[in-house]
This record gives sequence, C-alpha cells and structure tokens, in this order.
Amino acid sequence: MKTCEDISKQLIAYLDRRANSAERHEVEEHLAACTTCHERAEDFRKLWGVLDEVPLVEPSLGFDARIRARIAEEPRRGWLGWLVPQPRLAFAMTLLLALSVWMANLPREGSVAGSEQQDFEAIKDLGVLENYDVLSKFDALSEVPVDAAPADQQAQPVNPASDQQPATEE
Amino acid sequence: MEHAHTLQLYGTASVRYNVEAMTRSDVQLMLDVKAGDEASFNLLLQKYRTPLVNFLYRMVRNRGTAEDLAQEVFLRVYRARKQYSPSAKFTTWLFRIATNLALNSLRDNRYRQMDVSIDTPVEEDVAPLQLPSRELRVDEKMIERDRSEFIRRAIATLPEKQRVAVLLHKYEEMDYGEIAKILECSESALKSLLFRAYETLRVQLAPLVSESVANRAREGRP
Repeated sequence: MKTCEDISKQLIAYLDRRANSAERHEVEEHLAACTTCHERAEDFRKLWGVLDEVPLVEPSLGFDARIRARIAEEPRRGWLGWLVPQPRLAFAMTLLLALSVWMANLPREGSVAGSEQQDFEAIKDLGVLENYDVLSKFDALSEVPVDAAPADQQAQPVNPASDQQPATEE
Repeated sequence: MEHAHTLQLYGTASVRYNVEAMTRSDVQLMLDVKAGDEASFNLLLQKYRTPLVNFLYRMVRNRGTAEDLAQEVFLRVYRARKQYSPSAKFTTWLFRIATNLALNSLRDNRYRQMDVSIDTPVEEDVAPLQLPSRELRVDEKMIERDRSEFIRRAIATLPEKQRVAVLLHKYEEMDYGEIAKILECSESALKSLLFRAYETLRVQLAPLVSESVANRAREGRP
C-alpha cells in the first residue's frame, strides 16, 4: 500500500475526478486504511465548497471603452507606414549622426604627431638659450659671418675640423 | 435561458457576441484577430474580461490595479496578434501573460513599499487580516461579505506560485497540463504544489470548514 506522502500527490486529482482508474483505486485503498488522510480528503471537499462562496467581481463599466481607446491609440501602419521611421529608430539614427560628426571633429593622429614635432623644435635648444653666459662668451661665434654662414653651409659639406681651426690658432 | 438573461441585461449586441463566442473557438477568434478582424478581438474581450479581472483581483488584492493589469493583458494580446501561432491553448497564453504581470506588480509594489518604509502596510482594499485561531468559533452572524473577504485574504497569504495554482485550478478549472505550462513546472510538481496550498487553506479556513460541517449536521445532510 502507498504511503501518505505518495497519496498526497494523487489526492487532489482523485478529489476533482481527474485521476485515472488505477490512481483512484490506490487512493481509495489508502483512504480506507488511513484515518488522517481520510479526514483530510473530507476537509478538502468542504474547503472547495467554502472557496466557492467568494463572489465574482464585475469589471467597471468603462472597462471595454478604455481598452478600445487604448487600442485605437496603437499605431497602425500600412505598407506606406514602413517608410515612416519609428521614434526609437529615428532617435538612434540622430544619435549615430551626432556621434559621427563629433568623431569627425576630433584631432587626427597625424596632426597630433605634427604638433608634437613643433613642440620639440621649440624646446630642444631651451637649455642652451637659458644659459646666456655661455653664448655671450663663446668667441668663435663672433667670427662667423652672419650672412655668409648659411650660404657656406649650403655650398660646402660641413667640416668640423676646419671650423674649429681658427679658434685654436688664436 | 442564458440568452434571454443576457438580452435582458445587456441588449441584443451582447447576445450576438455570446453566441458567436460560443460557436468559434478561442484559437479561431485569435487567428481572425491576426487577420485584421477587430470584432473577433471584442469577442475575446467580452469572454475573458471577467475571469481575468477576478483572477488578477485575487492575485493583487486591489481592484483598481487588477483592472489596470487586465487592460495591459488585453493590450499585449492585441499587440502580439501578428506573431500569434496556435501552438498552445489560447487561455494558457492569456493567463500566462496575466500571471507574469501580476507577479511583477506584486514585486514592484513590494520594492516600492520597502523604499517608503518597511513598516508601511501593503496597499490593499481592506484592513489587515486577523485570522481566528482554530479553536475560535466563527461568529454565526458574520455577514457574507466578511466571509468572502476572510476567504480572499486566506488565499492572499499563500506563496505566489501556490496562489496562482489554486486560482487557476479552483476558479478557472484549468487542467493540470495547462496550469503546469503557465507556472513552468512539471505536472507532478504542480500536484504537490496544489496539495500544500490546499493544506494551508484547510488550516487557515478551518473555522469556516468546520462550520460547514456543523450546518450540514444541523440540516440533517451527510
């Protein structure tokens, strides 16, 4: 014979007459022998009668009108409707466009490198320029012709030995 | 008989709806809605608005919220009409939407209550339930409304899944397969769930259950 726990899974289906004949026979056999389960089964039957006492509530009078109004507000799209963008899609497209414009206006990587080069050129001689005494007492500079130097440098290859020689002789 | 009664209450249009609703299956009506027939949607609305509002009222315990949720259920059915395929019973689909909305509403309400104050009582239509002890004899003069309220409140104290199971089994008379699909559990698990739910209600409503026995004995009925 089945235990009370086994029967608990079959009891509801037995009481609402949805159990098959084999299950029904098993439950009836158990109920005949078990007072606790028999009382419980009787109480369940009575309980269902008590639950039936709860009356139905009717929806309010405007229920149907309200749902019809909400349905009427629903967008209706024919084949032409597909050409009209939906609000979400339109918002996404606008956002994408704005993002593209913003990204296009960002400084490019090449221009960043260029500005870095300019910065480097500006500061590379800063240490020497700051040490004004070295420049003012550097006699060799006084002998370099101001206008000729760039022209000489362009005409001849640079020879550091010959450049330094006059200064040594002095 | 039923037709005449409906005629008296709601007029001829309702009679036509009821007859049509009885002759065409829910699936057929929904397929017609899918094809663009708005009148079929009205038939489904007429057929299921009362069961849905009652199911949701018993779930959320607030009539206004129940009606709002029922509106939302019908709106979702309408919006999903183009994707509808009759793979399951229409009522399974309908009450699954209703169950999900009710459970979400209960959870949202619970979180909102926690935000305001953990001591604030849950917003319901009536005062907190005072369950009588099993020994306490229920007042025989208790009016019917109070009895109904007492029963509703006992159902409301059940855990959510047990509550859904009882409402669909007892009041909607759905079969086990359909309820199991709505609750996404096995039929075996559902039977255990129902047993536990009815066992809890047997204890909660013991005064009413024993009273019904006393009444039967007094009236000489078995």
